[in-house]
Amino acid sequence: MRRFFAELRRYPSAIGGLVIIGLLVAMSVFAVIAIPYNEAIRLWRGGEEQWLENPRLARPAWMALLPGTNLTRNIAVDSRGVQRQEVDHGGGIREVTATLSFDYRYRAFPTELTVFFEPTYQNLPPSVTLFWRAPDGTDIPLGTRAVRTRDIFRISGDARLQAELGVTRPERVLFGDPRVPDRVLPGQHQLVIQAILFEPDAQLEARLIVYGSAHGIAGTDHQRRDIALALLWGTPIALAFGLLAAVGSTLSTLIIAAIGVWYGRWVDGLIQRITEVNLILPFLPILIMVGTLYSRSIWVILGVVILLGMFSGAIKTHRALFLQVKEAPYIEAARAYGATGLRVVFSYMIPRAVPVLIPQLVTLIPAFVFLEASLAFLGLGDPVLPTWGKIIDDAQRAGALFTGHHYWVLQPAFLLLLTGLGFTMLGFALDRVFNPRLREQ
Amino acid sequence: MTEATPPPALRRPASSPVVRVLTYSATRLFALFLTVVVGIYLTVLIANMGGHVDLIKRTEVREAVGTAVGMDPVMMALPVEERHRRIAELVAIEEERLGLHRPFFERSVYFTRDALMLRLGFAERMTSDAGSRLVRNIILERLPPTLLLFVSAQILLFVTSVLWALALSRGYGSTMDRIVIALAPTSAAPAWFYGIFLILIFAVVLGVLPFGGMVQAPPPEHPVAYALSVLRHMVLPMTALFLASIFLAVYQWRTFFLIFSSEDYVEVAKAKGLSSRALERRYILRPTLPTIITSFALSMIVAWQGAIILETVFNWPGLGRTLFTAIGHFDTAVIVGITIIYAYLLAVTVFLLDIIYALVDPRVKVGMEGEQ
Repeated sequence: MRRFFAELRRYPSAIGGLVIIGLLVAMSVFAVIAIPYNEAIRLWRGGEEQWLENPRLARPAWMALLPGTNLTRNIAVDSRGVQRQEVDHGGGIREVTATLSFDYRYRAFPTELTVFFEPTYQNLPPSVTLFWRAPDGTDIPLGTRAVRTRDIFRISGDARLQAELGVTRPERVLFGDPRVPDRVLPGQHQLVIQAILFEPDAQLEARLIVYGSAHGIAGTDHQRRDIALALLWGTPIALAFGLLAAVGSTLSTLIIAAIGVWYGRWVDGLIQRITEVNLILPFLPILIMVGTLYSRSIWVILGVVILLGMFSGAIKTHRALFLQVKEAPYIEAARAYGATGLRVVFSYMIPRAVPVLIPQLVTLIPAFVFLEASLAFLGLGDPVLPTWGKIIDDAQRAGALFTGHHYWVLQPAFLLLLTGLGFTMLGFALDRVFNPRLREQ
Repeated sequence: MTEATPPPALRRPASSPVVRVLTYSATRLFALFLTVVVGIYLTVLIANMGGHVDLIKRTEVREAVGTAVGMDPVMMALPVEERHRRIAELVAIEEERLGLHRPFFERSVYFTRDALMLRLGFAERMTSDAGSRLVRNIILERLPPTLLLFVSAQILLFVTSVLWALALSRGYGSTMDRIVIALAPTSAAPAWFYGIFLILIFAVVLGVLPFGGMVQAPPPEHPVAYALSVLRHMVLPMTALFLASIFLAVYQWRTFFLIFSSEDYVEVAKAKGLSSRALERRYILRPTLPTIITSFALSMIVAWQGAIILETVFNWPGLGRTLFTAIGHFDTAVIVGITIIYAYLLAVTVFLLDIIYALVDPRVKVGMEGEQ
C-alpha cells in the first residue's frame, strides 16, 4: 500500500487530481454541515420571499475589486435605532417622523429601491407620507399610503411615481444630479418617513434597501437566489451521483462478466446477447424519455443509468481478461479444495480485475457528473435539488450569455470542469500505476 | 465441469471455406437481426412507458373532443343525453384513428413489425418543416444538417488524431507528447460544454462568429454565398466537437501505436535497417488496421444520431433536436423511426466489420472463433 502511494506520488497529475478532489470533498462536507438538506431545499425552492433583500441578477461581490467595473453593493437602513420625533395630536393619534439616512458614494445608480414596512395595529393601518431628501437639500415627495402588515413599497417599480417623475426608473431621478443627466449625486441621501398612527399601541418600523449590482460570493440569479448556495450544494450531489453511478455500473458489469465466464454455456451466451441488445438501445434518449414520462428525480435517473450501464461494452474486455484468469493454476487450486462457483467468482476472479477496474472507475466519474449536467441542461434536472447543471439551465433559459451575465454560467461550468479534470487526472495516473505497459520510460 | 466436446452440429471439419463463410455469415446475420428485433421492441416499450403514454393520449383525446363540442353551438343545442352519446362516439372515432382501441401489447407488436420493415408510418404530432406528417419525411429533412456537421467533424477528428498520434509515437517523450498527455483529461467535458465557452468567446465577446443556427437569416440567394454562410455557422460546433475529443483520442491512439511498436518483430525490422516510414506502414499500421477501421466505422454511426445537446446549444436543425422534440411530444413513431435506422446501421456495420476483419487480418479465421 505504501509502495502504491510512493508510486502515485511520482505523477504530478495524480497529485493535482487528488488536491482537486480533496477540495471538492471538503466543499461537500462544508455544504452538508453548514446548510442542512431541508434548509437548502427550502431556500432554493421557496421562491422570492426567501430572498427579498437580495438584488436581482447581481454579480459576485469579488468582481467589484476588478478594475474598470462600476459595481454597487446593497445598502440597508432600518428605522430601528434611528432617532424619531413624535407629536401627539390627542385622541390616541400620533405623528411620528423618522429619517433613514445613508451615505451613497458609488458612481453607478442602484438597481432597485424598496421600502419594507412592519406596522403593528389593531384595525386602522397607519398612514405614511414619504419624501426623498437629496444631498443638495431638495425634497421629492414619494406619495402617501396606508401601510398594512408586511407592506412593501417598491419605489423603482411604482407606477404613480414613474408617471409623476416622467421616467421609467425613479431611482435615476432620486439619486441623479439635477444639473448633469445620468450622473449620480454622491453624498448623504435621506428617506423621510412621516407616519400618522391612529391607535395608542400602534407601531411602525421600516427598512429601506438600496439594491446593488454585486452580491455574495457568487452573485444572484433572476429570482434573487444566492447562486453560492446552489454551487455549494451542487458539489455533494454531483460527487454522489458520479460516484454511485460509476461504482454501480462498473462493479455490476465486472460481476456479470465474471459470472458469465465462470458458468459459461448459455449463461455466457445470454449475457453476450443482452450486451449486444443494450448496444442498440439509445442511451441518452432513454434517459430523456424516463425524465420526460416518468420521473425527474435524480435517484430514479441514477437507477436507470446503472441499469443501462450494467451490460455495457466493457463486459467484452472484462470477459477477455477473465477467460485468461479462469485458466490460472490458483483457480484450479480453489476448485480442488471444493470452493463453490460463486466463491470462486467473488473471492478469486473479481479481485484479479481490480487493477483494471479502479482507473476505469475513477475516469468514469466525470462522465456521469456531466451526464447529470446534460440532463439538467435539457430541462430534466431534479425538480427539487439545486445542481450545477440546473444553474446553467436557468442561466441559458434567461439568456445569460446574451445579456452579459456571464458569471451565472461560468461559475458552475468552472466547477464542472474542475471535477472533470480532477478525476480524469487521477484516473490516468492510476492507469499508468496499475498497468505498467502504458508507463513512459 | 462442463463437457469439453462441442455439440455435433458445430463440428464440421470437412466443409469447404465458402460454405463455412456462408454459414457463418448467415448465423451472424440472424443473430444480429434478433438483436435488432429485441432492441427495437424494448425501445417501443420504453417510448410508451409500457403503455402509460396511452393513458396520457386518451385523456388528451377526451379533453380535445370535450372542448370542441363545447365550442360548437349545434352540439350544445342537443339534449344532454344525446350530446354525451355524440361525445362518446367522437372519442371512439379519434381513439380508433390513433389506434388506441386495440390493447397495448398487440399494438406494440404491430409497431415493432412495421418498424422492422422500415414502414415508419405517420408521426402522431410532429410535422416536417414542409408540412409532411410522414416520419420518413421528417427524418429525411433533418438528416442532411446532422450528417453535414457530424460526418465532417468525425472525419476531421479521426484523420487528425491518427496522424498526430503516429507522429507522437515516433518521438514519444517529446514536449509535444507531454503536452498532449497533460491535455487528455480535458476530454472529460462533453462537446456542448465547450460549445458554451466558444459561443461566449467568439459570438458574445468578439462577435466574429454567429451564435447558432445553420445559415444566416434571410438565407443568401446565391449558392456560393449560401455555402459560405453554412460554413461560417459550422465553425463553432465543429470546433466544440473537435476540442472535446481530440486530446483524448490522440492520447489513446498514441498509446495504442506505442504498444504495437514495442513488439519484437518491429525491433527486428528496425535492426534490419528499414526506413521508419516503411516500418510504420508495414509493421505498425498493418496489424492495427482492424482497430482503426472499427473505430472509424463506429464513429460514423455515432454521427447518425447527432448530438441532442450540442444541436440544442447551437440551434442546429438536426436529428438530435428532432429526437428531443419527439420525446417531449411523446411522438413514439418518430422516436422509434430514428432508433430503428440507427439499429440497422449498427447491425450492418458490425456485420461488415466482421467480414473486413477477415480480409485485412489473416489471423482471424472466419467461423472458427471461440471454438479452438
